[in-house]
Amino acid sequence: MNMVLREPNAEMLRRKAAELRGRVVLMSHQAQSAHLASSLSCCDVLAAAYWHALRIEPSKPNDPTRDRFILSKGHAAMAIYTTLAFRGFFPVEKLDTYNQDGGQLAEHPPANLLPGIEAATGSLGHGLPIGCGIALSGRINKAQPYRVYALLSDGECNEGSVWEAAMFAAAQKLENLCVIVDYNKWQATARSNETLQLAPLREKWESFGWDAIEIDGHDVGLLAKLLSNIPNGSGKPVAIVAHTVKGKGVSFMEDDNNWHYRAPTAAEVEAAHKELGLI
Amino acid sequence: MRNAFADELTKLGMDDPRVVMLSGDIGNKLFDKFRAAQPDRFFNCGVAEANMTGLAAGLAMNGLRPFTYTITPFVTTRCLEQIRTDVCYHDVPVTIVAVGAGLAYAGLGPTHHACEDIAFLRALPNMKVICPGDQWEVRAAIRAVAKQDKPAYIRMGKKGEPTIHKGPLVDFEIGKAITISEGDEICLLSTGNMLAEAVEAAKMLGDAGRSTRVVSFHTVKPLDEACLEEALARFKLVVTIEEHSLIGGFGSAVAEWAIDNGQDTRKLMRVGTPDAFFKRSGEQEYAREQLGLTGHQIAHRIMERLA
Repeated sequence: MNMVLREPNAEMLRRKAAELRGRVVLMSHQAQSAHLASSLSCCDVLAAAYWHALRIEPSKPNDPTRDRFILSKGHAAMAIYTTLAFRGFFPVEKLDTYNQDGGQLAEHPPANLLPGIEAATGSLGHGLPIGCGIALSGRINKAQPYRVYALLSDGECNEGSVWEAAMFAAAQKLENLCVIVDYNKWQATARSNETLQLAPLREKWESFGWDAIEIDGHDVGLLAKLLSNIPNGSGKPVAIVAHTVKGKGVSFMEDDNNWHYRAPTAAEVEAAHKELGLI
Repeated sequence: MRNAFADELTKLGMDDPRVVMLSGDIGNKLFDKFRAAQPDRFFNCGVAEANMTGLAAGLAMNGLRPFTYTITPFVTTRCLEQIRTDVCYHDVPVTIVAVGAGLAYAGLGPTHHACEDIAFLRALPNMKVICPGDQWEVRAAIRAVAKQDKPAYIRMGKKGEPTIHKGPLVDFEIGKAITISEGDEICLLSTGNMLAEAVEAAKMLGDAGRSTRVVSFHTVKPLDEACLEEALARFKLVVTIEEHSLIGGFGSAVAEWAIDNGQDTRKLMRVGTPDAFFKRSGEQEYAREQLGLTGHQIAHRIMERLA
């Protein structure tokens, strides 16, 4: 596959990630919605993907040659909605309808309703098998040199279907498939590694036949480079184990798992926006 | 039925480049011809049915027509959430094909029995539930699902079932029952691999002077409402016959429809398996005898009901 690797504009990507975070915090407050901290931990991945790596055209959301991004950790819906809106898939005003009666933006991404949402998620462990199918269909259909990305949470890696898919992808050498694990060390109610033993996570992916790399999941420049470099020439699917901080970007939310369920007050939104450099 | 499925799917794969076969590490040699003809469209997905089902959804999202296949409980109940969420919610054309419906694998024990799958699958929005009665209905069902753009479930027996139809079914339609033989007094509505038992029951009832119609009701969802309406209007007794629990299966579907549509439910009689696991060893014929599901026993129960 011919690849044009552009040098990422890390400063621009950092700014985008901060803007995403700001809007997500506001949405959580307006809708009194959970999963804020999980949404904040993956904003750098989303910025790197949507403003650098993904070959997508928001005006043509169903273009068969587009790269696919599946938010397998569907509870971070606020983050993907904000990303898609800011990237031009639908009007930004639509974000105000999040979790409102009659809207299209439920607390988990819906099927067949919103441009840019490749798969409905929310039940964990589904995004990677679907991603395998889309990646494999590119080979069967031929001449569709797109890439498929699946963003997983570390808690999601509890699900057996993740590892079923991991073994399938390796056996089939799905080199156009990339997993990013948002490794924020928490799941809904406890530390992820203490719930089910996840460590050593990079080695797990490697032992399943993947190329795996462990990075700082808030280094947008590095994320952008890695996500652009799929396939990487090894003939294997690629797993990026991205070490992140749950609640990243807002000091009083960082690594505090109460923000898995809590929604911020208006004063907390203002404090967060100040920290993010938005006001 | 399974040989007919493999044969027909191989032919379909030649005609339709969208057809992809996914097997859950089953069917030793069964798919050799398909694999030889379409090496790029056959995948042994291993003993990993959740991934196989999600994978199929992903393939279907991108324009392909995947068929997933393994023994009934594993291709249905094991991965029910993937069928519900990945296939039905996205409303993509994945066909779930199950081998060994009901008590077909009686000898393998309750882990391999499948008497609840119709209940599970017919509750899913967008899903069509097809239970072919013989090998010709299997072949026709495969062709019919390929022409539509929706999720489907095809529930087969295993091998060696009696062939009821004389040849290919050119008029087969999903949701349209097939009359096998005519009668005036009793109407037997059989779904799936009980068709031969229904034919046997009708013969015995006929010998006893009870004129009996036999219908192969191969689609449980959507129901052939016209057929049901006519049967309940015309016959003294309408009997649903299935190798599936009386809870939630074909008979339940007919009874629900009858109640919702103001039909005379006193004319209905349901034959199926009880709310219990069948724990004895023994093959399908033995299990049917123990549960009162042979043609002879069904005819006897109907005579008692009419006495």
